Amino acid sequence: MKCHFTVFRFDPAVDESPRYQQYTIDAEPTDKILDCLNKIRWEQDPTLAFRASCSHGICGSDALTINGHVGLACQKLIRDYKTANNFVIEPLPLFKVIRDLVVDMDPFLEKHRTVKPYLINDEPPPETERLQRPEDQAVIEPALRCILCASCTTSCPISRSNPDYVGPAALLRAFRYVYDSRDSATGSRLAQLDDENGAWGCKTMWWCSDVCPKGIPVTKCIGMIKRAIKQKDKST
Amino acid sequence: MKHEYDVIIVGAGLAGLRAAIELGEETRVAVITKVFATRSHSGAAQGGIGASLGNEEEDSWEWHMFDTVKGSDYLGDQDAIEIMAKDAPRTIYELEHIGVPFNRTAEGKIAQRAFGGHTSGFGKAPVKRACFAADRTGRVILDTLWEKSLQRGIRFFDEFHILSLIVNDHQCCGVTAYEIATGEIHVFQSKAVLLATGGAGKIFKTTSNALASTGDGMAVAYRAGAPLEDMEFVQFHPTGIYKLGILISEAARGEGGILRNNEGERFMERYAPTIKDLAPRDMVSRCILEEVRAGRGIDGKDYVHLDLTHLGPEVNDTKLAEITGFARTYAGVEPNKEPIPVQPTCHYMMGGIASNADGQVISDSQGNIFTGLYAAGECACVSVHGANRLGCNSLLDTLVFGRRSGKQLRKFIHSIGLPPVPETTEQQEKEKLQRLMNGPGKEKYGAIQAEMQEVMMEKVSVFRTASGLTEALEKVRALKQRYARITVSDQGSCFNRELLDVLELENMLDLAEVIAAGALYREESRGAHFREDFPTRDDSKFLVHTLAACRPDQEPELFTKPVTITRFEPQERKY
Repeated sequence: MKCHFTVFRFDPAVDESPRYQQYTIDAEPTDKILDCLNKIRWEQDPTLAFRASCSHGICGSDALTINGHVGLACQKLIRDYKTANNFVIEPLPLFKVIRDLVVDMDPFLEKHRTVKPYLINDEPPPETERLQRPEDQAVIEPALRCILCASCTTSCPISRSNPDYVGPAALLRAFRYVYDSRDSATGSRLAQLDDENGAWGCKTMWWCSDVCPKGIPVTKCIGMIKRAIKQKDKST
Repeated sequence: MKHEYDVIIVGAGLAGLRAAIELGEETRVAVITKVFATRSHSGAAQGGIGASLGNEEEDSWEWHMFDTVKGSDYLGDQDAIEIMAKDAPRTIYELEHIGVPFNRTAEGKIAQRAFGGHTSGFGKAPVKRACFAADRTGRVILDTLWEKSLQRGIRFFDEFHILSLIVNDHQCCGVTAYEIATGEIHVFQSKAVLLATGGAGKIFKTTSNALASTGDGMAVAYRAGAPLEDMEFVQFHPTGIYKLGILISEAARGEGGILRNNEGERFMERYAPTIKDLAPRDMVSRCILEEVRAGRGIDGKDYVHLDLTHLGPEVNDTKLAEITGFARTYAGVEPNKEPIPVQPTCHYMMGGIASNADGQVISDSQGNIFTGLYAAGECACVSVHGANRLGCNSLLDTLVFGRRSGKQLRKFIHSIGLPPVPETTEQQEKEKLQRLMNGPGKEKYGAIQAEMQEVMMEKVSVFRTASGLTEALEKVRALKQRYARITVSDQGSCFNRELLDVLELENMLDLAEVIAAGALYREESRGAHFREDFPTRDDSKFLVHTLAACRPDQEPELFTKPVTITRFEPQERKY
């Protein structure tokens, strides 16, 4: 069937302002949006720039705005949309456009770095593995699904209005280490997150959870950070 | 722009990151990567990483070694396999110590599950050897190593595409790379280069591999004079989602999933009575296509069913959550209630840049070293996988040999100064790109790529014949001629995806030729290489590695190298 794509185009070397370009392709209801973009690039217009790699929702490269909603182009199929075969494809909001659908992810990754996204434990490790109860591992399991696609952070109304807010993706990574029973820096991690640019910046608007392509309950995880901060305050 | 480092690592998947961490703070090391580190294809590894921890049942590194040797159809080098099997438990503990969130047993140890070809008692029964984090094992290890390298302050050049190795007086002294965001050419001068660029599954039409898996490291090494080893051995994973090739992990069968034909029969019982659905991948892929040929494909088509319905949501929606999600999203089936349609999909290159167990690239059949050049992970051929890789040995390979490469590199860079780079290097690369950009031809890369993928899938995949391989080889050579007349319509310098596609296509065409030439040369059937005109293994002639050397504007020169056999003499391979 014929599908019509209206695609955001912007090449800073040539264009003064963004424009929209129309493409019509043949597609099946089971085709991914990414398949359609590849088809445009391979068969009609090789100048269209976008990022993509694994093509099945695990590498996190191809989060885009599809018909006004953020989603992974490789995870959304034609049949998922009820828009009479008309599609509008735009880059992620919030970030600076480098070209066409490619955005600058550096500010997002900078925020990721601020939450010390690595295990801190200065005890000398045993010869074999450290033991961890399966139920303790299960607590952090939702956060392990994160693919750093930035869908949550770009959709978050707070991130859009407060550039200093660390954002849901970085908070989710912080949650992963705060609640890892093997990590010994919980106190300092919570202290760092205890302000309006950290966990309290979250106003539980749920957009992050709604949009997450991996179904992670992001808001709930941020809530668990807030709870841990409060419990720490009580005990000190 | 020019840069100076002690070591340049190309590729930020598990092998590259592990080596970077090993080199650490006291070395000037930079990682060049075509896609941002966590987008690397190591992250798509699902089912697990093998190690004889014995956390669930009795296990030993000797059994792991034997299984790997047998799985390789006796083509793997046993000294290297011994190193890997022995080093596996230490590797897992190390990952755990830096934070990898493995699933756990009731007593809190790292949980393990069964995987294809992994057995106890030298082939007696399946054994639980794969350590895992649900079915996103590669992803969590990749995240952990990336975050560890952030902590270590490793310098990354993200979205830089390798153009060539700089070789001066038979010594590798750096790389040239194309910065995707700006179009600028960078010259990285270094004492040594480690290639860790992964696989090349995009050569084939149906693949589980990422768009970025275009064999860049293998191709630049080949063109710089390093021989490629055993490239004819291409793994087709038995269970890709029908038509799409998206991987459904072997863990699905490790947890109890069953393959069924159109009669509902568990057909693997006929082919591999002892370990059934957990036979190695080369066998299972052939068995699926045998069933299809015998008219027992589903609805008469070229796929079978993977049945997980009896496992229930308690397994499917926890330990197999990603893949059951894929089945729902892409195949539109509910795996708790319906079987998943599957068919073989191109998955892994057993072959690669000929290298030794310390990551040193070798330059000839005597094992002489290519000074300054190293390779690790899927782009290398050590060889630990021989003619067929066992599931959950690839993550292990990347980490064991990534670390060993790092150790060897540290020794090497203390022994030499920074070698000089020819002054013309940057200009040569500029001119090459300009020739591509301004070429007078009319050929478009999209068509050439599609025809290459088509012919490789049809003639050079699971079943091969002399006539089909000859046809494929001629076709690929004709495509290379057409490539010389390619045109690039995008003249921009910022994120010029088309130019990148064109550069990747050159790499894939070179490798496709080597794969087809090696497959035509090897007149026997071994592991993943099955010749219908030579259906048995021929140890008298072909218990050797194939090496392919690049001869400019000529066909690749093929020669051989002996296989190292230490503990296990070749036997008939039955499961």
